Amino acid sequence: MSGEIFYENIDKLDAMLDSRQISAVELATVFIDRKNAVDSKVGAFISSNEEELLANAEKSDKRRANGGKLSELDGIPVGLKDLLAVRGQKLTCASRMLENYVSPYTGTAMQKLEGAGALFWGRLNMDEFAMGSSCENSALQKTRNPWDLSRIPGGSSGGSAAAVSAGECAVSLGSDTGGSIRQPASLCGVVGMKPTYGLVSRFGLAAFASSLDQIGPFARSVKDAAIVLKHIAGYDRLDSTSVNVKIEDYPSKLSADSLKGKKIGVPKEYFASEGIDPEVRQIVEAAIKKCGELGAEIVEVSLPHTDLAIPVYYIIATAEASSNLARYDGIRYTHRSDKAKDVIDVYFKSRAEGFGEEVKRRIILGSYVLSSGYYDAYYLRAQKVRTLIRTDFEKAFESVDAILAPTSPTTAFKAGEKTSDPLAMYLSDIFTINVNLAGLPAISVPCGFASDGMPVGLQMIGRAFDESNLLSYAYAYECACDWNKRNPQL
Amino acid sequence: MNSSEIDIDYVAKLARIELTEEEKGKFSKQLGQILGYFEKLSAIDVSDVEPSAHAHAIYNVWREDIEGEPMSVEDALMNAPAKRDNQIVVPKVVDDA
Amino acid sequence: MSEIQYEAVIGLETHVQIKTRSKMFTSVAHRFGEPPNTLTDVVVWALPGVLPVLNYEAIRKTIELGLMLGCEIPEITKWDRKNYFYPDSPKNYQLSQYDKPLCLGGSVEIELPAENRSEMGAHRNVKLTRIHLEEDVGKLTHFAHDSLVDYNRAGTPLMEIVSEPDMHSSEEVFAYLTSLKNTISAAGISDCDMEKGQMRCDVNVSIRPVGAREFGVKVEMKNINSTSHARNCIDYEIRRQIDCIKKGIPIVQETRRYDAQLGVTQSMRSKEDAHDYRYFPDPDLMPCKISRELLDSIRANLPELPFDRQRRYMENYGLPYSVTSAICPDAALCAYFEESLKEYGKNPKVSANMIVNDLLRELSAADESEKPDDFEKSENVAVHASTAEKLAKCKLSAKALASLVRVVDSGVISKQMAKEVFVEMFSTGETADEIVGRKGLKQNSNTDELEKFCLEAMAGNQKAIDQFKAGNEKAINALIGPVMKASKGKANPAMVLDILKKLIK
Repeated sequence: MSGEIFYENIDKLDAMLDSRQISAVELATVFIDRKNAVDSKVGAFISSNEEELLANAEKSDKRRANGGKLSELDGIPVGLKDLLAVRGQKLTCASRMLENYVSPYTGTAMQKLEGAGALFWGRLNMDEFAMGSSCENSALQKTRNPWDLSRIPGGSSGGSAAAVSAGECAVSLGSDTGGSIRQPASLCGVVGMKPTYGLVSRFGLAAFASSLDQIGPFARSVKDAAIVLKHIAGYDRLDSTSVNVKIEDYPSKLSADSLKGKKIGVPKEYFASEGIDPEVRQIVEAAIKKCGELGAEIVEVSLPHTDLAIPVYYIIATAEASSNLARYDGIRYTHRSDKAKDVIDVYFKSRAEGFGEEVKRRIILGSYVLSSGYYDAYYLRAQKVRTLIRTDFEKAFESVDAILAPTSPTTAFKAGEKTSDPLAMYLSDIFTINVNLAGLPAISVPCGFASDGMPVGLQMIGRAFDESNLLSYAYAYECACDWNKRNPQL
Repeated sequence: MNSSEIDIDYVAKLARIELTEEEKGKFSKQLGQILGYFEKLSAIDVSDVEPSAHAHAIYNVWREDIEGEPMSVEDALMNAPAKRDNQIVVPKVVDDA
Repeated sequence: MSEIQYEAVIGLETHVQIKTRSKMFTSVAHRFGEPPNTLTDVVVWALPGVLPVLNYEAIRKTIELGLMLGCEIPEITKWDRKNYFYPDSPKNYQLSQYDKPLCLGGSVEIELPAENRSEMGAHRNVKLTRIHLEEDVGKLTHFAHDSLVDYNRAGTPLMEIVSEPDMHSSEEVFAYLTSLKNTISAAGISDCDMEKGQMRCDVNVSIRPVGAREFGVKVEMKNINSTSHARNCIDYEIRRQIDCIKKGIPIVQETRRYDAQLGVTQSMRSKEDAHDYRYFPDPDLMPCKISRELLDSIRANLPELPFDRQRRYMENYGLPYSVTSAICPDAALCAYFEESLKEYGKNPKVSANMIVNDLLRELSAADESEKPDDFEKSENVAVHASTAEKLAKCKLSAKALASLVRVVDSGVISKQMAKEVFVEMFSTGETADEIVGRKGLKQNSNTDELEKFCLEAMAGNQKAIDQFKAGNEKAINALIGPVMKASKGKANPAMVLDILKKLIK
């Protein structure tokens, strides 16, 4: 047991566990030690559960000893974004509102992971209620980018990205509403995937925007992401938006020459965007070129309504959020203000005390766009433009197998750089949100480093429910480079 | 879409959030800018476009009427800020506007 | 100078809890009168991460009612969130249907009381706007300084039946609620027990001069939970509004509360600070496409409407209106009646009379005797059992009732005797034949023996004979009594009468 085990891929860890090179308890200890060593700097964990992890690792060891290994995830510590429900664990959404809330039930994706023998490890930081792109909106914790501690890890699943990047857990789960998995994955130099809307059950994911939210994995390799996805995907009767499709064995379908003969689209609107950093653009273009070298035919495609995605997204997401977050009211299970005189006061004061600034801003915006007299102009119109954005992708996918784009227009920015200008922060989601609006799968894979040493991500967007091919394209690219082999110095 | 005059008091009341004067000023200004940016949307004709409320068009997702297990009262009330007689306690309810 | 006459314009929004095994959006059960918060789950509490799933049965039952009432069932129906904050609403939005409800249009047939109660009153149709499906809220109990919240009721499937402003008096409203209740319970969609909150209504009342086309200012009374409250509150509100107009006081559009104890309505809030519900399509629920096949299959099994049944009973069985009006409102009673006819259908009138007179009396007596002594004090116990519940416990089966009708019809026992046999059957569950045999109650039709009893009776009462001869027909009854007594009640009354008349001549 030497070297940086915490930086190993899970298929390697699985082999080590199988061959008794390491026990699950020892592996858990590796991650506990790593967390204790670096998390005071990275700040990915809101809370951790060492005792529970070790106890579960012991059970996992017994299973493996008895030949009853549940899956390749048995004994692997998995970090959870702090909005995923696990019975008996805290679920804070990084908010004062839920600071002391303990979930009495386990959500579907987590139940599946448990069934596969995975060990839940820690509750990872995020922007409060998943609203943000830098993790700076967490009310409970500051998370920094493991590649440069003065920078943000991205958001909203910043803790999940940073924890994997820093080797504090093997893989983790996050949620992606407008880029909340892909953008922090890109900024922290790890793989992050948002599955097709409806592939992974949302039951047990505290909702931000119900029609856009999706749970997905963070991993150190495409294969690791494929393994996790295989275990969390699948139809769930408890989620009416979950779709009954056959779940393939993604890891076994990965092929290093899958890009050969494929047609890959590059949306002209993305590269015409003013906000894209020239260096990021150059790195992503090089990655696209690499895909061409791997046998793909690169063609230009058009997604004409791209520049409308941000207003559409911020109308739909805030409207849904204003209603989804109404349940956090000080009555049944959240923070209740002790200054309230009557029940109306409980609402006003508990919500004033319990929600952070960005959450308040979005609830106000969402309430406004739904309010009497404005619904048609904002919400209904946004839903119609959403249809146009979906149609753009449908048309593009008539002629291409995947679409390549930057994940984020810039590398990780400095902490505090954009907090005073919400609109500027919203604009940094420009390459990710239309994928959510169209409900498509997309993955961010490391594709290079800027001159300041910060990682850059390549976004690959696939057809709905075509995860198997999309993962395989990403795998082919990953095999041809070694970007994901680099690790931050901590 | 006239964005400049968001009635912050009215909307904050709808959202049941008590805002400080400072927050009201700040949010009004920021939301004004954001709504201004949203005006992009009014530039295109969507009169013949069907709205999308969901990512996929699926119908009739329902379940059979089968009785399931209730939650224990202990679990139900484990996070309650105030409870009595197995119920949630709330301060006096006054008629809501 | 003639005084202006006013008419009331009344519309109702009636909420009815649907009888299902599970709640509208989750699988936990709903029942009245359970200990607080024992019928909840994570979905009911709206915990972080939970999602709703539609209950198909609630949808099917709502469509069924829609078809019974002649509604149009649009192909596409969807689910919307109605956003407002209240402690009884765990999500702080109610899942409901805004612009695409399950049922559109339709009407409810009502019967207004005739001057003479034994005659059928006038019938008319009250137009409906729509029927949609939503979920019920929890229950608040208020104390001096705080309130307690119980979420057992939260999430119960609730349909809202919205009428057009198509009624004009409290009598019409009473008739409308009665008809709705009979129709819904006939289909088994709900028991509509207002005491258990299974049926409640919001009443909208406005006033206008007779003949005016435009509506007056509308006042809403919410959560009326009994038909008599509905009647009283509407009568009060009509008087109040007419009074206001006469005095020149403007009527404000507002919500008023009905205080049943004082019998008055009181202002709650005016429309100026009305809710802005911010309806939008629920992203967690998919819309529904109601297929022709589904509609056809529901339509093929629709139950008979109570008024149609009443007309059929009157026409096919020759039952008098008064008897049908006691049976037809109650589906359970009708089912009982029709089952007994299947066993013995030669004299539906006797069957119906026994149900209306004997069965209903015995059922309510049995129900009374079951109540605990401190019943009045206990708050949470269900108040009255429904006929269906009473019949479920009743030992006297419909088949057994048919056996009684048969023995009466064939002259084995007298109608008088039948009453006693009925009581016996009700308490033991035996058939009529068993009791007649066991007690030796077979009617005495032996002419010689009866003649002997008649002569004895006449010997003891010359006065009655004289009066009868003088033309007082009823005087003969004084002679029948002693004959019945002498025969231990078994004498065939028709034969006794014939013999007496013959002997007196």
